[in-house]
Amino acid sequence: MQPFTTLTGVAAPLPVANVDTDKIIPARFLKTLTRTGLGRALFDGLRYDETGAERPEFVLNRDPFRKAEILIALDNFGCGSSREHAPWALADFGIRCVIAPSFADIFYNNCFKNGLLPVTLPREVCEQLMQDTELGSNARVTVDLKRQVVVRANGEEIPFQVDEGRRKALLNGLDEIAETLTRDTGITRFETGRAAREPWRPAISLES
Amino acid sequence: MSPADVRRAGQTLFDKIWSAHVVETLASDAALLYIDRHLVHEVTSPQAFDGLRVNGRRVRRPDATLAVPDHNVPTANRDQAITDPESRLQVATLVQNVADFGVPFIPLNDVRQGIVHVIGPEQGASLPGMTIVCGDSHTSTHGALGALAFGIGTSEVEHVLATQTLIQSKARSMRVRVEGQLGAGVTAKDMALYIIGRIGTGGGTGYVIEYAGEAVRSLSMAGRMTLCNMSIESGARAGLVAPDDTTFDYIRGRPMAPKGDDFDAAVAYWRTLVSDDGAVFDHEVVLDAADIAPMITWGTSPEAVIPVTGLIPDPAELTDPAIRANQARMLDYMDLAPGPILGAAVDVVFIGSCTNARIEDIRAAAAIAKDRRVADGVRALVVPGSGLVKLQAEAEGLDRILTDAGFEWREPGCSMCLGMNEDKLTPGQRCVSTSNRNFEGRQGPGGRTHLASPAMAAAAAVAGRIVDCREFG
Ligand code: SF4
Repeated sequence: MQPFTTLTGVAAPLPVANVDTDKIIPARFLKTLTRTGLGRALFDGLRYDETGAERPEFVLNRDPFRKAEILIALDNFGCGSSREHAPWALADFGIRCVIAPSFADIFYNNCFKNGLLPVTLPREVCEQLMQDTELGSNARVTVDLKRQVVVRANGEEIPFQVDEGRRKALLNGLDEIAETLTRDTGITRFETGRAAREPWRPAISLES
Repeated sequence: MSPADVRRAGQTLFDKIWSAHVVETLASDAALLYIDRHLVHEVTSPQAFDGLRVNGRRVRRPDATLAVPDHNVPTANRDQAITDPESRLQVATLVQNVADFGVPFIPLNDVRQGIVHVIGPEQGASLPGMTIVCGDSHTSTHGALGALAFGIGTSEVEHVLATQTLIQSKARSMRVRVEGQLGAGVTAKDMALYIIGRIGTGGGTGYVIEYAGEAVRSLSMAGRMTLCNMSIESGARAGLVAPDDTTFDYIRGRPMAPKGDDFDAAVAYWRTLVSDDGAVFDHEVVLDAADIAPMITWGTSPEAVIPVTGLIPDPAELTDPAIRANQARMLDYMDLAPGPILGAAVDVVFIGSCTNARIEDIRAAAAIAKDRRVADGVRALVVPGSGLVKLQAEAEGLDRILTDAGFEWREPGCSMCLGMNEDKLTPGQRCVSTSNRNFEGRQGPGGRTHLASPAMAAAAAVAGRIVDCREFG
């Protein structure tokens, strides 16, 4: 996995609550077999009209936000489906960090598996950061995961919290599966212990 | 009592299932959690199998894994190849992956095929006390059996395939008690929508919800599945109902369930899976079933819900500018105005999805459809949750009642719940749907979705507009 340490980039405001995963990437784009190439379809319904032309009013269709690497939104970002295509689409577009007052669980979790950092900050702070974006292309925000601070354009530092295990994994770009496989003996011990205690547990079998 | 006994005496059902599955406690509050059942479908698994392949890894426990195609599959002309090339490729990729990795698989032409969350319980693959995951947020459905069941992303699908475990931090616990009895014409779907309306789409975030109280205990297994299914719509990690005789009666005799003495041994264990009297929940909500009417959503979030006889709220009365703007946008998208929702003209009715496509749901729809006709200009689809539900309905003659009334009787799959196959709304169409999400474009770009119960949906089909199903008794 791609590590995340520090990012300085353009932040785009999306002052909407409950941005659901169908908005981030509609179901018809989920027929893909790879993790890449979804950036074009990111926010499809908001970004393009029925003819496929860009909606000029949508933030990611305006400069400097076309190059946004950070997205700022309101409560419950990423609610809905478990589709990892949502962080894949954000990452493929170039967004590496989403800042919001709260996130839906599965989306939040999925971000960390893809080198994307979700930052939870109080709503007033998110609104303040959104106002900063009106400063135009100079309004660059820095997100420093090592020091766990967001640095506003005016230099003010805003601390944020991330679970320590997740922070380490992201900083180092850890392969979680390889990590877990080092605990293989413990997993086997769990399996055999339980099979002995509860021999009634059935296996999946399709023979009838 | 020793301190350990005191703690044990105060355990919630969630605590018990959790602690029975901790392989190892990891740093920073997380645990390596053992997974008993892993359900797999074609949309969220290709990249996971690919990851295994690239790293030379195998599926650790194929005998705990079950795969089925459901999201992309056509609901008509099953004897022909899937016409959409991308869908066809995705289903073919699943077929290849299960063959390469030795994963048990229910193919498209098998009578047991259906929506993954319908077939898990139906086959007896999902059982009480288990940890159950699937790359799909509505995995919460299986919590109805008293299992800890939750949706995961594709990276976690790969993690479970390779290790049969997940790294998880423990959620907080919430109990939602619904006391009293539901009124006539009011169903588990209405209860689910009512709860989301009360706690909000983010109200369950970070929690596992245990549903309890007389009205929940009185629900059939189908009803409990509908209720747990929609837990994710309040943001909850999972929803569950303690197993009881209703659960055990449902499980007995299912193909993959324990048999004979094994079944008795299992039931003895399952009976311990209740929240203890002294169990402490991080949050508790108590509701009165008598307050619940047939519900219908008016907006593009499941929390935008009202009793069918209620009024669509007026954004002008809201003080928070962000919420006001959001509500105004929802009304605009839905082409609705503040005031009564009764009477809004309907173009499409969809009866299906893992929320409401079990036999009880089809019966409820048929009861309304009997001796009536779908209104002119309305397209009404009934999509059974599985091939076995379809067979059962046909054995009961429900398909005839429905088709005589002008409903389409389709093959099982997710269908218009998310519009990945050809069953889609066209822009501007208004649909009453028994599914679980009314997000913008969910059922097709520009489509307008009203979530409701099967009875409400069937009543809307025959009336051609949004009506109170209680008038069709
Ligand atoms: S029926 Fe709908 S909600 Fe259920 S699994 Fe299929 S797409 Fe998801």
